[in-house]
Amino acid sequence: MHQHLLSYRRRRYLRLSLGLLVASLLIYFSQAPTLPRNGGSWQGYTLGGVATAMILWLAWLGLRKRSYRSSLGTVQGWTSAHVWLGLSVLPIAALHGAFQFGWNVHTLAFVLLTAVVLSGIYGMFAYLTLPQRLVRVHGDQSRADWLTELNAIDARLRELAVDADARTQAIVESAVDRTSLGGGVLAQWFGFDRSRVLDPAAAGQGSRLLGNRGQQRLIDFLAARIPLAEQRGEVAMLQELLALAGRRRRVLDTLRKGVRLNARIKLWLVLHIPLTLGLLSALTVHILVVFLYW
Amino acid sequence: MVAAAEIYEIAIIGSGPAGLSAAARAAEIDQRAGGGSAPSHLLLEAHSEFAKTIHRYQKGKFVMDEPGFLDLRSPLRFRAGLREAILDHWRRDIEAKHIHLRYQAEVVAVSGQRGDFVLRLKDGAELHARQVVLAIGLEGNPQKMGVPGEDCGLVQYQLDDPAAYRNEVIMVVGAGDSAIENAIALARQNAVIIVNRRDEFSRAKAGNLNAILAAINSKSVDLQCYYASSVKSIKPAGADGMGCVHLSTPEAVKPIRCHRLIARLGGVPPRRFVESCGVVFPSARPDALPQLSPRYESNVPGLYIVGSLAGYPLIKQAMNQGQDVVDYIHGVAVEPVDHALLALQFAALPYAAGVDDILALYQQRIPMFRRMNTLAFRELVIESRVLMSTPDAEAQASAQAKSEQAVKRRAEAQRTRQRAQLAQLKAAGEALTDADAAPPPAPKATSVLRQEDFLFRSGEYSNTFFTIVEGEVTIISEDGSKRFVLGPGQFFGEMSLISGRPRRGSAQIGAETILIETPRRSMLKLLNSNDEVRAGIDWVFIVRALQQHFAPGLPMAALREIAQRVTTRSYATGEQIYHEGETGDCLHLIRSGTVALFRQTAKVEVAVGHVHSGQIFGQLALMGDPLRRETTRAAVPVETIALKGPEFLALLKKDPQRIAVLQQNTTVQLEQISQLASQPEGGHLVSFLMHQGLGEATNAIIIDESLCVGCDNCERACAETHGGRSRLDRKAGASYASVHVPISCRHCEQPHCMKDCPVDAIHRAPSGEVFIDHSCIGCGNCQSNCPYSAIRMAYDAPAKPGLLSWLLLGLGAGPGEDPHGVPDQAAKAKGKKAVKCDACMDLPGGPACVRACPTGAAVRIGPEQFSELIARR
Repeated sequence: MHQHLLSYRRRRYLRLSLGLLVASLLIYFSQAPTLPRNGGSWQGYTLGGVATAMILWLAWLGLRKRSYRSSLGTVQGWTSAHVWLGLSVLPIAALHGAFQFGWNVHTLAFVLLTAVVLSGIYGMFAYLTLPQRLVRVHGDQSRADWLTELNAIDARLRELAVDADARTQAIVESAVDRTSLGGGVLAQWFGFDRSRVLDPAAAGQGSRLLGNRGQQRLIDFLAARIPLAEQRGEVAMLQELLALAGRRRRVLDTLRKGVRLNARIKLWLVLHIPLTLGLLSALTVHILVVFLYW
Repeated sequence: MVAAAEIYEIAIIGSGPAGLSAAARAAEIDQRAGGGSAPSHLLLEAHSEFAKTIHRYQKGKFVMDEPGFLDLRSPLRFRAGLREAILDHWRRDIEAKHIHLRYQAEVVAVSGQRGDFVLRLKDGAELHARQVVLAIGLEGNPQKMGVPGEDCGLVQYQLDDPAAYRNEVIMVVGAGDSAIENAIALARQNAVIIVNRRDEFSRAKAGNLNAILAAINSKSVDLQCYYASSVKSIKPAGADGMGCVHLSTPEAVKPIRCHRLIARLGGVPPRRFVESCGVVFPSARPDALPQLSPRYESNVPGLYIVGSLAGYPLIKQAMNQGQDVVDYIHGVAVEPVDHALLALQFAALPYAAGVDDILALYQQRIPMFRRMNTLAFRELVIESRVLMSTPDAEAQASAQAKSEQAVKRRAEAQRTRQRAQLAQLKAAGEALTDADAAPPPAPKATSVLRQEDFLFRSGEYSNTFFTIVEGEVTIISEDGSKRFVLGPGQFFGEMSLISGRPRRGSAQIGAETILIETPRRSMLKLLNSNDEVRAGIDWVFIVRALQQHFAPGLPMAALREIAQRVTTRSYATGEQIYHEGETGDCLHLIRSGTVALFRQTAKVEVAVGHVHSGQIFGQLALMGDPLRRETTRAAVPVETIALKGPEFLALLKKDPQRIAVLQQNTTVQLEQISQLASQPEGGHLVSFLMHQGLGEATNAIIIDESLCVGCDNCERACAETHGGRSRLDRKAGASYASVHVPISCRHCEQPHCMKDCPVDAIHRAPSGEVFIDHSCIGCGNCQSNCPYSAIRMAYDAPAKPGLLSWLLLGLGAGPGEDPHGVPDQAAKAKGKKAVKCDACMDLPGGPACVRACPTGAAVRIGPEQFSELIARR
């Protein structure tokens, strides 16, 4: 049955990770006190070798995840191990270099490793918390269900607006047309709402294109328009428009939150993976350089 | 006085396929004897054309030559083709073979016996014959509906010209070939509703089966089907020309308005005429057929009956029989054409007896098959597998060699025959079809096992039915603690056949044992074909169910009387079985399906449990608490055996040891109920899962949405391990309380997809996976039968570059199904085929979807894990 990523198999990879860390510390402190500790001792090489092997194995997840016929463990097991071992690789790498940092390619590799691990930590946080929030936001409906509802509301709004006066019709239709949802990376990440509305009567005050964040301007307009109704049946129609606009705001809000959460669940990989590739390059250079100047 | 001179050796009444073939054989014999003299035979036809029934088929109808495994043996030509071509061949053959055929000669009376029959015709003429062959068929005498209002003018039993009806709503009742053909022809210019009493079209020929299901599935054909439905009453047409038919469907009684109702329920023997000839029928049932000797002779010596009146409803069978009966009359001992197939089935058996003797012996020895018509039994054996056990490897090898040799001989004979046929067709200048050149069906011979081999093991999904002919079979209970020995005449395996659940217990073949293993489809055909046989078998099944659940130690005979007093009940999906608060007087043993239990709380009804086939519920009513404390409803179609107090007590008295087991099972059930009742959220979740069809699932994927990150690696894994086509749609499907049931196969207990697969391409692996093999023809029946939309029709996906090419060079679309991939020529030529989840039965690690989930959100479960799922929330 369902098992948490971190607690997979009674946290066996946490235990492995802690074991590795303890062993690394022992190796580190076994360096002779006569010389300053560094990566050039046999202990340093050992720790460097372990860290390199770990980094390569951690990066291998990208391939294992796509080796769909593989029966070498499950992807969940690999991911659990990836998380726990990934957390310990940073201290092990630091022990390997004996905390000697400088403006050089060696430290670049360490900085990249840190960036990879930090993005990974964010990813873990996202994986562990955001899906639940997404469930709360979407309720028992899927995104497709919410989009279907939005389409139905839009169709009904247009249908009603045909019978309204010209300004109301223009505002309602433009509010529907100029609703923005999602967008670029930043818009998704922060959930910007760049919806606009076109008010033909607003000509005098500069642009006729006004902001409609949270559909607020549409709602304000309709609420203000209702008391001014003159014809019979107009109020009923405007009331329905208002009710629909209110529901539409709620639907859009849900969808926008969904987009934002989805972006946060997925977009960190856009950093994590290129950084990993960068790290692998820097690591290669680091190793080559070390052996060239031996 | 002219008539007195008319004396024939053989008079054949009826010029359908059987009569024509018989007359052609008789004419051949006349010709051989020297064609000059007067013919010794006479073929009498009541109408002005031969083969009236086939003439009445609609124009351009494709006539089939089922069953495929049977050879044709007749002087007349016949192969699958257009009605016109077949009639044309026969017309020419009547000429060429000098068949002595008299039209407009309806026989109204036959008297006398062998050597001197007197046949009186409608016009008063009389003629004499030494032997009479009755080949009048059943078509002239349709089976009536027998419901109120059937005489109100809305109902007709015959359809001569489907084109005569336009823009009408027409209901066709029946599931046989004629009902299907009528429905399809009418649907071209009418709205047609076809009503099938059962839930599949198991009686129809394969070709018709295909056609009707294609028509039901097609959006462009206005044809709707009601399964498991029957007409309750009929109201006459009103001013608009439409009457109203009350149809009892699994959901409710529905009034359906239509212009006419065409009932095609098959024919019944024209009993009065046949009886007037002195022929005796074995029972009073309207569909009873006269009893015949193996040579088709009735109880009146010299009076032979062939064709559908003899129980051979198919054209090829009837033609074969027509030739054979004339040979018999002439004292030529020929074996019936299916003899060779039966001989193969018995090839390795240690008998000296002939096929007919073996068959007679078997039928006599097995009570269940005794009621069957001999011909139906022959067919059943041909479709089954005959198994035998051998004491050691040496005996096994020698028996196997015998069996293989027989197969080789048969295959060789088939090939020779086919070559001759092709040469004949070529000589006649006829165009050859693919069917003519297709390889003949592979012959099937005795299967040889070693004694103590397992026929099946506990937990295995198989649904064949075994009958013991000789020797013994040991059944080992699920936990291995108990062993029962079954002997000749007994059978086993019916539980899985009925319920679709895995085997509960293992079966081991004994020494010197012979078994008949019948596939599920043939068993269903048998059960559907004859109510009498069905009732008989059903009753034996009930005895067995009682024995297994309440008194395993007792012989079946001891339970017979009790079995007669219990009732079987069927419930449609959603139907209530009993209601909370009422007083109960019976318990239910589930034969098939799943039942959901509910309790009413202050506000809503909450699911508190579910029981599936092989389990009992409601037993507390008989254990001191008559008040029902739950409402029970069928989650899927359910069949139960209801047991009342006296029978229950009688059973317990017979085997007091069972009380403890029963009490223990009840305690487990009560614990589950109380757990769910105390956790109404869990109950709601169970209701949701039941609603999603997980009640009948054996292995379904569910996703915990609070863990799912939406990476779609599950879908990609599915596509990558299944030729580039995913069988899982993660985003689609319903969710409740963060449990998501995606669109994917549930591997149902009784797979809906399996019924009506014309090529039998859908199978269940012993480990439970339901899969489609390469013989799929892409008809789409399974797709439309699946209530969960888990099957789709797809082309083979185009090939993609490897993973590294994509990762490093950006070539191709990457892992998963390529949404923009265009099928190549080969894929298009092959056509769309049905694809569905096979639970990765070929992958050593198990389902790829679950193994590819990085967060552990996807799991596969069956109903037995519902409580675990709830306990973990």
